[in-house]
Amino acid sequence: MSGTSMTTRAWLLMLPLLAVMIAVIGWPLIDTVGLSFTDAKLVGTAGNFVGIDNYVKTISGSNFQRTLITTTQFAVISVFAEMVLGVLAALLLNQQFYGRTVLRGLMILPWALPTVVNATLWRLIYNPEYGALNAALTQIGLLDAYRSWLGEPGTALAALIVADCWKNFPLVALIALAALQAVPRDITAASLVDGAGPFARFRFVILPYLAGPLVVALVLRTIEAFKVFDIIWVMTRGGPANSTRTLSILVYQEAFSFQRAGSGASLALIVTLLVAVLAAAYAALVRRTAGSNA
Amino acid sequence: MMERQSFLFSFFIHACALLLAAVILAPLLWLFIMSISPAADLTAKPLVWWPQSIDFSRYGVLLSSIENSAGAAFVASLVNSILVAGMATIAALVLAIPAAWAVSRTPSVGWSLYMVIATYMLPPVALAVPLYFGLAHLGLLNNVFGLALVYLTILAPFTTWLMKSGFDTIPKEIEAAAMMDGAGLFATLRIITLPLAAPVMATSALFAFLLAWDEFFYALLFTSDLRAKTLTVAIADLAGGRVSDYGLIATAGVLAALPPVVIGLVMQRALISGLTSGGVKG
Repeated sequence: MSGTSMTTRAWLLMLPLLAVMIAVIGWPLIDTVGLSFTDAKLVGTAGNFVGIDNYVKTISGSNFQRTLITTTQFAVISVFAEMVLGVLAALLLNQQFYGRTVLRGLMILPWALPTVVNATLWRLIYNPEYGALNAALTQIGLLDAYRSWLGEPGTALAALIVADCWKNFPLVALIALAALQAVPRDITAASLVDGAGPFARFRFVILPYLAGPLVVALVLRTIEAFKVFDIIWVMTRGGPANSTRTLSILVYQEAFSFQRAGSGASLALIVTLLVAVLAAAYAALVRRTAGSNA
Repeated sequence: MMERQSFLFSFFIHACALLLAAVILAPLLWLFIMSISPAADLTAKPLVWWPQSIDFSRYGVLLSSIENSAGAAFVASLVNSILVAGMATIAALVLAIPAAWAVSRTPSVGWSLYMVIATYMLPPVALAVPLYFGLAHLGLLNNVFGLALVYLTILAPFTTWLMKSGFDTIPKEIEAAAMMDGAGLFATLRIITLPLAAPVMATSALFAFLLAWDEFFYALLFTSDLRAKTLTVAIADLAGGRVSDYGLIATAGVLAALPPVVIGLVMQRALISGLTSGGVKG
């Protein structure tokens, strides 16, 4: 079969997918760009062209700047904690102990739990009057009086981060464990013979095998964390006093609660751009890690 | 293991393992215990950690189909979730399989696939407003078909990516041999390629189903009542509403978590290899 006809055949086989993707992703994205230059409302009039007004107002607004900081805090702290806990758990699961297979199996549970169920569960745990956290801490004697963990601006974001980490660090652990199992036994044995201590062994023998998969996990988790909506909506709706409002929540409020479709669209595109910059920076990082390992 | 472990090291490892098991299990066990505790135990001070009498009645309440009961709403959302996730999964695979195979065998068109995969990074908020207008225009707001269509934005890129790496592991030569023996393209795919790709197809389908089962943002925006509301929205309603029995919320959580947890435990090996192959190949 000639090259040209193979290419034609490939395009024909891809046609259904591409057509649907253009209909449900390509066209809405272009439409969002168009909307972002108008003052359209969600219901009613189509809106007038207002140029870059929406963008100027959004970027200079204090809401956006504060929300960007909150989102960055959430993403950086939770992803960092997930990476550290995940690698530690993987190193543990790679050791020999009774019940290792069972514990490895249990790690899939938080990952499998639907995000909304996880959020609901932690909302119940943090309940200010009847929650398990308040009960446990007071019964051990670590806490004098019940606290409203999700109701105080000082603790709400931290409480959300704990709930997010609990669900996501096991996935990092499973990815890291799979990478650890690919480290050849004789290399670790040789490093022992050569007198490498545990830290040197981790740094120079094990880490090179972990780096590739971990960077990819880091990329995917950061992008997910930057887009976070579900867990925050269910647990705090961005409150109290907007202390847990992330970018996706802000877009939702602007476009759907306040029904300002045009201004919401401009905000959504700014978020998209930030995610794209993040993804591009990471893609460079992934290529570099892959290159240095080859 | 070649190294002899000292007693102290082994003790330390076992202690850490116990701690990890507790961290993973405690919240899950508590969810289950709440679901079988009498309502009074859950609001007692000090909190009753283990119910004095075990009460499974909430499972009956939620799974009953008496009209206008909490059960009817829950069962309707359960059915909606199964319908939407099922339809979206099948549609995603039907679109993904030919495209993934074409890219796997004709690398020169690969760039179009990377564009499709890149859309996976788009925040859903970037598409939400036009999708809302579009669904409204087609009369598909608050409709399971409309929601399944929207879910293709997430499921189709993801399954195409997984299927492509699956097809990459099946040697071209097997297909070439069949064609040499006179089999046409579609016969070759049906007899040779697709059976070999069956495990990847199953993994992709499960992943897609779990993604759709988990989805909340679009479901929150595009559904409004029993005709299309999915489980995630129903549970968020319960959690945010004025339900006084926390056990009922927990029971809904257990029931919604059951299918993905069972799939996760049974298919563990396949899921992890899928996750890591995606992770390693990037």
